[in-house]
Amino acid sequence: MLDAKIPAGKLEEKWNNYKGHCKLVNPANKRKLEIIVVGTGLAGASAAAALGELGYKVKAFCFQDSARRAHSIAAQGGINAAKNYQNDGDSVFRLFYDTIKGGDYRAREANVHRLAEVSVNIIDQCVAQGVPFAREYGGLLNNRSFGGTQVKRTFYAAGQTGQQLLIGAYQAMERQVALGNVEMFSRHEMLDVVMIDGKARGIIARDLVSGKLERYFGHAVVLCSGGYGNVFYLSTNAMGSNATAVWKAHKKGAFFGNPCMTQIHPTCIPVSGDHQSKLTLMSESLRNDGRIWVPKQKEETRRANDIPEEERDYYLERRYPAFGNLVPRDVASRAAKERCDAGYGVGTTKQAVYLDFKYNLINKYGRTEASKQGIHNPDQETLIRLGKEVVKEEYGNLFDMYEKITGENPYEVPMRIYPAVHYTMGGLWVDYELMTSVKGLYCLGEANFSDHGANRLGASALMQGLADGYFVIPYTIGNYLADEIAVKPIPTTHEAFEAAEAHVSERINTLLNIQGTESVESFHKRLGKIMWEKCGMARNEKGLKEAIVEIKALREEFWKNVRVPGEINEMNPELDKANRVADFLELGELMCMDALDRRESCGGHFREESQTEEGEALRHDDEFMYVSVWNYKGDERMEMLKEPLNYEVIQPTQRNYK
Amino acid sequence: MNWSHFFTSSVGKKIIMACSGLFLIAFLLVHAGLNACIWAFDGGEMFNKAGHFMGSTVVMRILEIGLFVFFIIHIVQGVVMELQNRSKRGSKGYAVALGNRGSKWYSRSMAILGLLILLFLIVHLGHFWIPNRSNQGWLLGEEINLFKEMKEVFSNPVWVLLYTVGVIALFYHLSHGFQSAFRTLGLTNHKYINIIQTVGLIYNVVICIAFIMMPISFYFGWVQ
Amino acid sequence: MEHYNMNLTLKVWKQKNSQSAGSFETYQIKEVSSEMSFLEMFDVLNEQLIHEGKEPIAFDHDCREGICGTCSMYINGRPHGPWHGTTTCQLHMRAFKDGDTIVVEPWRAKAFPVIKDLMVDRSAFDRIIQAGGYISVNTGVTIDGNAIPINRENADKSFAAAACIGCGACVAACKNSSAMLFLSAKVSHLALLPQGEIERKRRALDMVAQVDKEGFGSCTNTGACEAVCPKEIEITNIARLNREYLAAGLAADK
Repeated sequence: MLDAKIPAGKLEEKWNNYKGHCKLVNPANKRKLEIIVVGTGLAGASAAAALGELGYKVKAFCFQDSARRAHSIAAQGGINAAKNYQNDGDSVFRLFYDTIKGGDYRAREANVHRLAEVSVNIIDQCVAQGVPFAREYGGLLNNRSFGGTQVKRTFYAAGQTGQQLLIGAYQAMERQVALGNVEMFSRHEMLDVVMIDGKARGIIARDLVSGKLERYFGHAVVLCSGGYGNVFYLSTNAMGSNATAVWKAHKKGAFFGNPCMTQIHPTCIPVSGDHQSKLTLMSESLRNDGRIWVPKQKEETRRANDIPEEERDYYLERRYPAFGNLVPRDVASRAAKERCDAGYGVGTTKQAVYLDFKYNLINKYGRTEASKQGIHNPDQETLIRLGKEVVKEEYGNLFDMYEKITGENPYEVPMRIYPAVHYTMGGLWVDYELMTSVKGLYCLGEANFSDHGANRLGASALMQGLADGYFVIPYTIGNYLADEIAVKPIPTTHEAFEAAEAHVSERINTLLNIQGTESVESFHKRLGKIMWEKCGMARNEKGLKEAIVEIKALREEFWKNVRVPGEINEMNPELDKANRVADFLELGELMCMDALDRRESCGGHFREESQTEEGEALRHDDEFMYVSVWNYKGDERMEMLKEPLNYEVIQPTQRNYK
Repeated sequence: MNWSHFFTSSVGKKIIMACSGLFLIAFLLVHAGLNACIWAFDGGEMFNKAGHFMGSTVVMRILEIGLFVFFIIHIVQGVVMELQNRSKRGSKGYAVALGNRGSKWYSRSMAILGLLILLFLIVHLGHFWIPNRSNQGWLLGEEINLFKEMKEVFSNPVWVLLYTVGVIALFYHLSHGFQSAFRTLGLTNHKYINIIQTVGLIYNVVICIAFIMMPISFYFGWVQ
Repeated sequence: MEHYNMNLTLKVWKQKNSQSAGSFETYQIKEVSSEMSFLEMFDVLNEQLIHEGKEPIAFDHDCREGICGTCSMYINGRPHGPWHGTTTCQLHMRAFKDGDTIVVEPWRAKAFPVIKDLMVDRSAFDRIIQAGGYISVNTGVTIDGNAIPINRENADKSFAAAACIGCGACVAACKNSSAMLFLSAKVSHLALLPQGEIERKRRALDMVAQVDKEGFGSCTNTGACEAVCPKEIEITNIARLNREYLAAGLAADK
């Protein structure tokens, strides 16, 4: 039942072998084949562009007002690629190894190796599109380092790498729109997959401006709808980021892989009050130059700058001397939580740690700059001034953002940061070809579960999104569509379309007619609170069991007492939100069920029952070396299948960043 | 891209405004230079000579037609653009305006300032150019004594005041127009912007002082 | 930073859809924390309205970290409100004080029709990109990323232009509703890179033509766009665009 379709042969030859043997569709036939792409982030826009270039007729959908606004745009720090431009020992194998290890040995070797292989093409492609990556004075591409690695392989464009890459993919897609190969539907939200004879053949989408339901046919459907971090209400995701597309697909038979695998990002601006609507990330790249610390004394009341050096606990450097501040995200997050729980937290809420740039600002940048300018024996003030200029160039926009949000100047005082939900490694289960368990239904980017195991390394999300869209799906979808060339476009009057639309319409009507007393937002907040407290950074059996009960109750209450104002056939953001939150209320439960099943700690999934003496995540490879694959059986019944993970090249060990 | 497309796009229209504007700026320099001859304090001899030079050869008279053409282009294009641009806001305007928080008032008032200058220009032509040319019989006939004419006109405080207002309008029009023309022609970058603005300011101040001092000099009898 | 609470009067534009007329509606909101973002204040207000059985206010927003370009409020006569170089979502309530009246309007431009309340249709920007805001390379046929060195100065300038988030504040602020800052940022981003060289001329001409077709006004160099741009895109880009246009138009073969 679970066939990952991993090609035979040696690991490093699998992808080439696949490409050499997969079926092809000739150009004349491509023009007859229609593909639906849902979501226009890095994965969606790149897929739509690449498929359009090949000659397929693509229909692309996004709920935002423009394809360029998808949340990939917010990625700050960079994109990894095994270019080894720095001559520091990087290679495809090392990127592959780091990703598998970073993911705590819960990802598929073959997929990850392919990702590392195509990473180098991504950079070339983006440069050719005019993505303005940072460069050295010699005109060549610059790199920075990121967590979980010991090489510099991250390409970047100041603190806006995601924006620049997305604009690149968006432009490529708009070019195809201009050429007539891609038809773009913005302000459209997919609300169901249409299945005909066991294959995905289209979608039901709602025009968010008119409120009308519309039917679209496709020979294949590609979901690139992003992650589901917003289950937690507060996350670094955009307000509109949602799980509706993947959840509808799941309910139509697409398996869900590793739903509990959530990434908590260590460096986010802490919550300031109940009004908080979202959390803002401060790029991981800041850990290149920022040192994380808390006071050595509990309940410290002095201001950060008044605490002398010897009374500061640089706990990451202390605990993990080899990787220091650049340990992977899950490790850094838990370490911060540990310090705060132990009473060493800072700020008014005591739920924060310091990220301090002073040391590197003075000693790294200040001194280099001083020596460049020929200043001997510079005084402290000069060093600070010179260092500031460099830091401004590297991270200026992030520092500005921090100041706008908190009102504090991070050039003067250390940033206060705390972990926050950022990314979901889990997602729709896909095989090597990125096809879900539903024929003709593909899932790319963060929306699928495939490449990051139990924890994603920084700067790898952009890499995966673009790898899937530019370099994987153009090959693998052909392998499926080659057998579909005889299928004529199915008119959307087909009964399957009728039924799917009726189903969606009924649900919308129900939502609107409840007319209870509580807003959608308040349900979402309550769900988020349950998830964060019981299925967040640390999880245990008792909490998860409680969470499942609570979520069930909350869901029931939602369907009895939610209040959705406005009408159906108009622009109605509250209705859009209600549709999404209703799905989160189901997905949240599944996440808890999955977290409950996995009685080990691995990567971002930390079960308190399973830790080493030093409080590190303790895996149980004997029992849990599998992807948990959830199958929706109807009527809220779930069944779990297991896809065993076979490591042929890498020998899983306990992760060690000391 | 054919010429008509080139000049009728939103950028093309601006290029016409900039080119005609720069031509007029050059003309003003000549005009001010000639006028400065009144300060030769020779009873208007040099001034009338200069005036005669500008009006008594075929070449100059043809150039004069060119000057009018540029004036008309600048005015018509300016008015048309202003009306077109105003219509782009749509049916409703803002309840609270951005006002001076984003731009200088005179940069937003080029059309009004331009129309003020036009009114002034009509009066100005009525005072000097029309009587002179009509005396010439529209060809190269006898000219009137412009110096004397000026003395007469500028003995009236109403005209002195009107000329002053006209020149103030010109000052603000040029304050934006000078550097804007260079921007439109793409000649502005970080390196040149300061030069352009400084030269523009000097030009503007010199020209406007020269123009304004003329009626004042006559009115107060500094020039006899 | 000291935080404080405030009571505010909001005058917000309400408009049912693109066809209806629309008018201002006045709301009172109490106990607003200075630590809230401007949009969080709207969230609170909307919650209040839903509880009172009234229609919430529709507004565009998504990332809430100042990068997606979705949010678009014209606050007290200034796009994105009083803070320099800031999007609406990054504006925080400490910019206001107790008792303030805040007037919130949608972007107003013929080319940006109102969809509902404070939401406008900015699809014109997508069509401008379609007219040539790209480099025509297909996927997978490229040379190594380091094969073409790019001088750092141009790379930096290109990046500074590419920082445009396409929010439309420039259009909203301009007295002519001109989209030249947006257009020039796009054209500059690509014109400053060797990869963009090949299509440089065609791009400038085609994109200007599309801007005109969409019904934006022409630029009169007032600088209002630069003053309100949340990403501080410089007006020198417009001079560059004009240069590109002139060069392309004059060099064209027919």
